[in-house]
Amino acid sequence: MSKVYKQVPFAAIVPSPTVANEGMVTGNWRYLRPVVDKAECTQCKTCWVFCPDACVNMSADEGVSFNLKYCKGCGVCSNVCPVGAISRVPELDFEE
Amino acid sequence: MTTLSKDLAASRQFISANDAVSYGVRLCRPEVIAAYPITPQTTVVEKLSEFVANQEMDCQYVNVESEHSAMAACLGAALMGCRTFTASSSQGLLYMCEMLHYVSGSRLPIVMMNANRTVAAPWNIYGDHRDSIAMRDAGWLQLYVESAQEALDTVIQAYKVAENHQVMTPVMVCLDGFVLTHTYEVVKVPSQAEVDRFLPPYAPTENRLDLAAPKSCCISVSPEWQTEYRYKQHAAMQAAKKIIGDVDAAFGAQFGRRYGGLLEEYRCEDAEYVLLMMGTIAGTARLVVDKLREGGVKAGLVKIRSFRPFPREEIVRLAQGVKGIGIVDRDISFGYEGALGTEVKGAVQGAAPAINFIAGLSGRDVTKDNIEAMYRKVIDLARGQAEEEIQFVGLRWEQW
Repeated sequence: MSKVYKQVPFAAIVPSPTVANEGMVTGNWRYLRPVVDKAECTQCKTCWVFCPDACVNMSADEGVSFNLKYCKGCGVCSNVCPVGAISRVPELDFEE
Repeated sequence: MTTLSKDLAASRQFISANDAVSYGVRLCRPEVIAAYPITPQTTVVEKLSEFVANQEMDCQYVNVESEHSAMAACLGAALMGCRTFTASSSQGLLYMCEMLHYVSGSRLPIVMMNANRTVAAPWNIYGDHRDSIAMRDAGWLQLYVESAQEALDTVIQAYKVAENHQVMTPVMVCLDGFVLTHTYEVVKVPSQAEVDRFLPPYAPTENRLDLAAPKSCCISVSPEWQTEYRYKQHAAMQAAKKIIGDVDAAFGAQFGRRYGGLLEEYRCEDAEYVLLMMGTIAGTARLVVDKLREGGVKAGLVKIRSFRPFPREEIVRLAQGVKGIGIVDRDISFGYEGALGTEVKGAVQGAAPAINFIAGLSGRDVTKDNIEAMYRKVIDLARGQAEEEIQFVGLRWEQW
């Protein structure tokens, strides 16, 4: 028992994760998926700033994409997009 | 450590207990104070804001929009390794409740002052213990004081206890509203140099955040591991029992004033009838004990300073040889009894017959006559007379 007790990090304050935790995937809560129209997207990064779960990826080649493993479909990105490039599509419209 | 040009010299001042707390806090050199300034706040944070504005304290003073935010701001600052302070009272303390748990679970040694005032409804602004008693299980140490001097001294002791690496648990210093917080007495204010010698700068442990090595705090912990965290909080609180006494003794050695650590006994050596209480009622009760002693009654009193951790062992020892016990509560746990009454009766386990007196609710005066009547009832009970187990002192439609 004493061994286990010593393994608990003090005050549950732990090094921040640097990789995705496969044991805690939360994207499957989502029922509306963000979809970006790359023709409309100006890569202004507004969605990247506002996403509360850091699920917007930006790359020079690909532009905006979403980390669907953790995106919960809250729709903030779609709401803040200044050019209306992000739509929200029901998950059931996609193949599994 | 920066030495300010206006470092306090030792002095005697005629001040309120609120101001005494402010001087105590100032002498502990907190780096961040966050406070909501409006009712039910007291002048503690007003005085501190003056000190900061006058550059008499080297401290970030954050005015926030609620008590909840005040405690959240203290939590953030404490996570960065700062010594912090806030104060509240009554409904404000209740509004802070959620953050009190975040702070104690994150093991941050924040010190706060609570002016004990009643909670609504019906509401008033006067004193009882129902606000902090409602926070009993928030994981904070709770120290109740009797005088302005004890308030100032206890604030200094509180930082030393909270920041002890065996404890690392926040402390709430509780002062009876108005009868203590807003009354004036002569207070010895120690010098900055003396307090610096007693209280070194805060040395955080692993729960300090670090920009170079990012950490996550207030995380979710699964059911398999939660029990271990709660056990560690409990163990820290148990360890605090000894440290509260040690710190009080060290304080006494340096400053010449000590308060008994977890509790103070007054004329208990051979006492047959003992009243137990917290806060300012003890001040009045001392006079009653003296009067009863003059009349040949072996009366004594116990002032509980530390409600959490609770001094169970000391109370068990005190109950040996006592013929009757009275427990005075400035609170009531509706449907059972007073909070202190429950704890004391649970500790002594029927070693002596006991009455739980509910007194001084919402600022109702507790007079010498009231206290003498409590002793008489305890004596009657000890002599075999039937007495109600819980009695509301001064209840208008009872023969009291």
